[in-house]
Amino acid sequence: MSSVSDRPSGLSVLDRPNSYIGKTVPRPNLARLLQGRGQYVSDMTLPRMAHVVYLRSPHAHARIVAIDATVAKAKPGVIAVVTGRELAEVITPWVGVLTHLKGLKSAPQHAIAVDRACWQGEAVAAIVATSRALAEDAAEHVVVEYAELAPVTDMRTALDPETPVIHPDLGDNLAFERNLDAGAVDQAFAEADEVVEAEFVFGRHTGVTLEPRAVLADWNAGEGRLTIYQGTQAPHMVQNIAAKHLGLDEAQVRVVCKDVGGSFGIKVHIYADEMATSALSKLLRRPIKFVADRVESFNTDIHARDHVCEGRIGVNKDGTITAFAIDDLTGVGPYSMYPRTSAVEANQVVNLVGGPYATPNYRARARVVYQNKNVTCQYRAVGHPIACSVTEGLVDLAAKRIGMDPVEIRRRNLVRDDAYPCSSPAGLKFEALSHHASLDKLLAMMKYDELRAEQAALRKQGIYRGIGIASFIEITNPGAAFYGVGGARISSQDGVAVRLDATGFVICQTSITEQGQGSESLTAQIVGSVLGVSMERVRVILGDTDNTPYGGGTWASRGAGIGGEAALQAAKVLRGNILNVAAAILQSKPSDLDIVDNAVVDAQGGQQRIELQELARIVYFRPDTLPPGFQPELMATRHYVPREYPFAFTNGIQASWLEVDTETGFIKLLNHWVVEDCGTVINPQLVDEQVRGGVVQGLGAALYEHCIYDERGQLTNANMADYLVPMSGEMPDIEVAHVISPTLETELGAKGAGEAGTAGAAACVANAVNDALSPFDVTITEIPLTPRLILEALGRV
Amino acid sequence: MTAPLPISLKVNGELIEAHVLPRLNLADFLREHLGLTGTHVGCEHGVCGACTVRLNGDIVRACLLLAVQLDGASVETVEGLSDTGEIADLQAAFHTRNALQCGYCTPAMLITAQDLLKQMPQPDREQIREHLSGNYCRCTGYHAIVDAVEATARKRVGRA
Repeated sequence: MSSVSDRPSGLSVLDRPNSYIGKTVPRPNLARLLQGRGQYVSDMTLPRMAHVVYLRSPHAHARIVAIDATVAKAKPGVIAVVTGRELAEVITPWVGVLTHLKGLKSAPQHAIAVDRACWQGEAVAAIVATSRALAEDAAEHVVVEYAELAPVTDMRTALDPETPVIHPDLGDNLAFERNLDAGAVDQAFAEADEVVEAEFVFGRHTGVTLEPRAVLADWNAGEGRLTIYQGTQAPHMVQNIAAKHLGLDEAQVRVVCKDVGGSFGIKVHIYADEMATSALSKLLRRPIKFVADRVESFNTDIHARDHVCEGRIGVNKDGTITAFAIDDLTGVGPYSMYPRTSAVEANQVVNLVGGPYATPNYRARARVVYQNKNVTCQYRAVGHPIACSVTEGLVDLAAKRIGMDPVEIRRRNLVRDDAYPCSSPAGLKFEALSHHASLDKLLAMMKYDELRAEQAALRKQGIYRGIGIASFIEITNPGAAFYGVGGARISSQDGVAVRLDATGFVICQTSITEQGQGSESLTAQIVGSVLGVSMERVRVILGDTDNTPYGGGTWASRGAGIGGEAALQAAKVLRGNILNVAAAILQSKPSDLDIVDNAVVDAQGGQQRIELQELARIVYFRPDTLPPGFQPELMATRHYVPREYPFAFTNGIQASWLEVDTETGFIKLLNHWVVEDCGTVINPQLVDEQVRGGVVQGLGAALYEHCIYDERGQLTNANMADYLVPMSGEMPDIEVAHVISPTLETELGAKGAGEAGTAGAAACVANAVNDALSPFDVTITEIPLTPRLILEALGRV
Repeated sequence: MTAPLPISLKVNGELIEAHVLPRLNLADFLREHLGLTGTHVGCEHGVCGACTVRLNGDIVRACLLLAVQLDGASVETVEGLSDTGEIADLQAAFHTRNALQCGYCTPAMLITAQDLLKQMPQPDREQIREHLSGNYCRCTGYHAIVDAVEATARKRVGRA
């Protein structure tokens, strides 16, 4: 609540004339991307750069008996072939645990496997050569002798006594378990008029960033510094961890993040092969580039979801939901991913189930188990789609059981908009949510009653269309409670430095990063608005640990809410500094002056007094003309992290209108609507596009995307022809609207918007499919909703 | 491995003489030999469309062609189409509509959209979606891209 004193007239700095806040302005950094003049890591080359190719285990679980690289080392262009044991001389292993996730355990993981490969795709040797092609040629001549071990692939049997333990030192395959019991659950179920149960199944999927992971590591032995060029969401985290495991000081590592070809949480983790690339650069004393090919992406980019969740809901005939209960099981591969851990998603599922509803009775168990498949970890909307699908699936089943419209049951149970602040049964603190306002807006947008009438009319013609609705809560603006309290050195605060340069241009250095969300734009919009400077005069620098304040980066929808507030506060300080200088020059008082359209003006009347470029000229080149003893300061830095609420919870609701072809099992998406509340909207178009992109990622999970493993732990569809992602021809137009409840914890009032689309899309598609198929009395609670799954449910195959 | 072979082709109007290994694909040739990084590599097997370029006037997947096949050909990449101004209006519409986020699919998306508008000056939204279906975008959800292409088509028809 730092802002109250700054709003004497009830207006904030955001309400200034010509404010960019709340306006759709084009992103300033797009021209280069539109001309093919972006600079992605995969585009970069450095003098003496060599390329690394990783030889990867073909087995899901195998002991590495011997590696013979003699022939490979003699091949043309080969600089080195390095085994895990050799690389371990320069880089230490890590263990992906957080202390606040009690009981979470994992095993040491090496940059390259040393004795044992634990999933198909784990690197077992590095081949470094003058070109990638030559490295690939040589890799074919590295002979690895494996002794295959029994793979643990089925998460449902991972904890059975007869199942082998992947890491014997851990005692069992249980990585983490959390139990929650709130209210009087047994009594609530016992007293409910109806209790409905279902098992929800969520396939594994992955991010498929269009630019694969890429890293270019450059150890300069002359400087004693390692520069890592990487498309990462968290440069300072990468800096810290690379330093730690390579035995360097943090100051010896610089991470530079230029353009990033998609992230979605995929690029916020520490990957073994990326760490190995940095280690190889140090070992071989030259720049080493690693660019994953698409097969490697599928086998090693983190996977996500892979849950089986048994859900139970109690409901009375009047629609009152009396209790929720879940038992969630998730398989996370052979290691807990470092440093964010692979237990966070299950933890979030426990946190989020039932979240939009006023029901006080909630029991949850989540178990996270190890398996010999690629690691899973945080991906866009961590845990949200699971929690939303289970909750909203159960609510629809309850409504169906008591013969109530899905809208009506939600209206009767969603937390009232005037009930805030309040806490959930899982202990989450909600500042202000808007479930009912959002529901009202959604129903108006989609013309719910007309759609129901249309559905009924079409059903008589044998056309099966369905409406699905899903409300959700969304975690954004994470503070230290996410990772910091668990011991991970992942900054929860962000910083922005703003300066006025000699020609009246403004430079902002921010610790948030840009992967296409619009971080540059929102920073420039905020700074321009606060300073009274046009956006064309604001340049934003980000993604460089040498040249930005220390901070968390861009993940978990924190860029606008945390980095944006830091930008606002820094710009306010600079604005005050500029007005002090102006007052000195103009022999006026700072409070009598304002800045509008790149010039200092009279606060009353608005007459222009001095242009900023003239003011800057005097400060930088003729400070001798300023009053004696006056020291101008045209740069300001501020940091911000939310403290009052550990997370800013947001909410939203989505609806899907689709048609199921009962002959073929194909689903045609017809319309999709979203209402979400991200607080202050800085740039409506950017928010809408974040939501739309998120929706389509959720639709992919609902309908197409699936990492399919066989019983040997082999990923059978590790290419883009077999792993389906949404294409433009199958996607509907997506209507987006907003309810605006700004967080009062910041002056900006912004909460995040990046997870909302993905959070609810799959849930409302599943509900719509079940609604469409209601005449057949089938219920499907599994995604992806493939044609086969639908035909099986209909008894047609 | 076979020895490099000589090729002679035009890339963005410039005559290029080069010796290339027979296994070198066009995408790698453009990116690594000519430094034309606007052509992006996503899937490396002809599915994602990120490497789309124009070959003798038709759009092709640069990852599915070998550089040696292109002796005597004319190749245009996003850099060339940008510099000639041919797609300036499409680029402006993409910019205004925020029809890109990470921008990785964008050069190919623009080239494919231009191809559609040359063949079909007034496509409806379904036709736009259909034509762009070989170009994956993981960020935008496609809606904005369809809007941008539709707006460009309207403007061009209005101008004609």
